[in-house]
Amino acid sequence: MNCIIIDDEATARAIIGQLCSNVASLNVLEEFPNAIQAIKYLNQNEVDLIFLDIHMPDFTGFDFIETLKNPPKIVLTTSDANFAIQAFEYDCIVDYLVKPITPERFQKAIQKAEAVKSVVKPKGDANKVETSSGNDLYVNIDRRLIKIDIPSIYLVEAKGDYIHVKTEDKNYTVHSTLKKIEEKLPDSLFLKVHRSYIINVDKIIDIEDNSVLIKKDVIPVSRSNRPELMKRLNLL
Amino acid sequence: MEQPNLSYIESMSGGDKAFEEKLIGIIQKEFPEEKHVYFDNITASNFKEAAENVHKLKHKISILGLVKSYEVAVNYEDHLIENSTKGRDDFEAILQIMTDFLKTL
Repeated sequence: MNCIIIDDEATARAIIGQLCSNVASLNVLEEFPNAIQAIKYLNQNEVDLIFLDIHMPDFTGFDFIETLKNPPKIVLTTSDANFAIQAFEYDCIVDYLVKPITPERFQKAIQKAEAVKSVVKPKGDANKVETSSGNDLYVNIDRRLIKIDIPSIYLVEAKGDYIHVKTEDKNYTVHSTLKKIEEKLPDSLFLKVHRSYIINVDKIIDIEDNSVLIKKDVIPVSRSNRPELMKRLNLL
Repeated sequence: MEQPNLSYIESMSGGDKAFEEKLIGIIQKEFPEEKHVYFDNITASNFKEAAENVHKLKHKISILGLVKSYEVAVNYEDHLIENSTKGRDDFEAILQIMTDFLKTL
């Protein structure tokens, strides 16, 4: 398993690195003293397993997990056993090691991670598991699960505790967040252009400065998202 | 008072002396830095930040086999979170013992 180590303490990184070196199936690709550097790395690289410290300044281990769209297996490492309950809220967390980590306990964590490996879905299916099929998305409205054809969605707008999902035929108001629906929409088709808007790139009519026209809606494009939008266009 | 030892480092190194030396070197470098930040924060009455520093130092306390001292640090960290310095003297005595021990290595 290719793995990375994230811990703000050099001593901890050295210990985990040494414990990894004694396990033939583990290959440590990188070590990071903070989560931000690791996020940048993971934007470009895939790993099977992360050894993640929870207690880091500014950006905790849990904050880090929240940023990952398709998190790999994670083994938490901490000096504080009190976080164990919170750890159970995340499916990607396969074990929880309290420092100082003993070789015996480390070995058990690796066995757990290896066991999970066999049930992890193939990488190519990562986006599909959250929808019933490749093209459908079910939303809960008034206790009914309503099927929406994903390619027909042209705009999603955040409004407080709700999102408006606009499609070719109909609009839906759903009690959810932009972050949640963003995770379920394919990257190849959809792009978050503003903190309140996700658009279907195929449905753009035109772009002017800092806005896009999509159907009859003029949608603002934030400065930080504009470069990604421009990259996605087939410019002449 | 409880004295530091290298039992944990030796048990996890699997007899790899080069690693033991490397790890001790890292601790010798990192421990004074963490201690310095702690003293800066406690002197400035930044108790929440000092609690974070104690949290980090706890790992090194346990690595050096200081089981009872670890509990002292846990309690002190809790007090700092509550804006109390109860247990400060005991904790800082532990830091001094660790400092003295690391100098002998």
